[in-house]
Amino acid sequence: MGYGLSFGWLKDAAGAIAHGAAMTVFLIACTTVLGILISILFAAARRSRYGLLRRAVAVYVEVIRNTPFLVQLFFIFFGLPSLGIRLDPIVAAIVAMTLNMAAYTTEIVGAGLDAVPKGQSEAAFALGLKPRQVFVKIILPQALKVIFPALTSQVIIMMLESAVVSQIAVRELAHEADLLQARTFRSFETYFVVTLIYLGLSMALRRLFVAGGRRVLGAGVS
Amino acid sequence: MIEFTFWDILRNLIFATRWTVLLSAVAFAGGAAVGLAILAARISERRWLRRFGSGYIALFQGTPLLMQLFLMFFGLPMLGFRIEPWTAAALGLTFYASAYLAEIWRGGVEALPRGQWDAGASLGLHRLQELRLVILPQAFAITRPAAVGFLVQLIKSTALTSIIGFEELLRTANAINNATFEPFTVYGLVAVIFFVLCYPLTQYSRMLERKSPAH
Repeated sequence: MGYGLSFGWLKDAAGAIAHGAAMTVFLIACTTVLGILISILFAAARRSRYGLLRRAVAVYVEVIRNTPFLVQLFFIFFGLPSLGIRLDPIVAAIVAMTLNMAAYTTEIVGAGLDAVPKGQSEAAFALGLKPRQVFVKIILPQALKVIFPALTSQVIIMMLESAVVSQIAVRELAHEADLLQARTFRSFETYFVVTLIYLGLSMALRRLFVAGGRRVLGAGVS
Repeated sequence: MIEFTFWDILRNLIFATRWTVLLSAVAFAGGAAVGLAILAARISERRWLRRFGSGYIALFQGTPLLMQLFLMFFGLPMLGFRIEPWTAAALGLTFYASAYLAEIWRGGVEALPRGQWDAGASLGLHRLQELRLVILPQAFAITRPAAVGFLVQLIKSTALTSIIGFEELLRTANAINNATFEPFTVYGLVAVIFFVLCYPLTQYSRMLERKSPAH
């Protein structure tokens, strides 16, 4: 075998890799904020008085959870323009990631809402709080604390899955790797280095969430 | 230019689905076999084996499947294997599945009361016999809903192998789309086919969960 590993290209590629990693972090940051907001709304909708709303959210969750993310991405990026909805690759990626993650986190947030004892909202109502205040100030913080580890895992899973948005030419980490290996012909080494960066990102993200969660939601968050 | 009717598109897609199904089956079976070995390492009495098991699982669960597939595709030829998209896809998904299944089963093993091991030992069973006759059957039974849930995830993951050139459902769809320029119909149908494959399994997993004694 005349093939030796070589990492000499890495010096010139560091900028491109850092740029790609920054894009990946940007994508997952947008997705996390939007996805969690949407899933709180949807989880509340799923427990609302309106049967149609409940059913619509249930259908959305089932459709997303039982189809591949890559197909959803292609449908949004390539399919929607036939309906006149043309999205920039980055916007399409964020929309697809948000819709995908929210389908999973809606269930998680819902489980958290159900886990808060009924006495909590009764006590808050008895103190004269309005329904919205009860939800935002009493129920939600307690629910978030319970589901925080599950939410963290879901965000990390989404970050790893975001590698496939390279297929619609969003210049994130995986796409930079595609471009680099086409130029250097060092495919294995390129993907090896980028895989390690993804591993580092997922570990860093978990630490960040644990530290942030302790800070915002108080002790006992793991 | 060949004219594609709706039925031509649907027929071609359904025909390509067999590769998706076959790949899922192979990866699940292979993943179960390798996963069993990883599980054995993960719950071994030797510290370095446990370390290896948890490192293996952390590695596959902490990196994108797409990168794992690329590493298979470009890495195996360096070890002197002639590589086809099919081999890279099947091996890549097998290792990916093995990490997840080992972790699911480990949860099952650890959920069992300590007394199960003690009872096995008091009957004079060797550790391997304890695992085979007492521990694993129970661990598999209580984790069946999670394992079926993972199968759904695995079926969805096969779509990624289209990127390394394996001719499954999504890659066929891309080719059809390039010929027909009807992405809305083509990708919509692909989504429907995946849904038809996955939804019954999701429901089955839920049914198992409802039936399990923990609930």
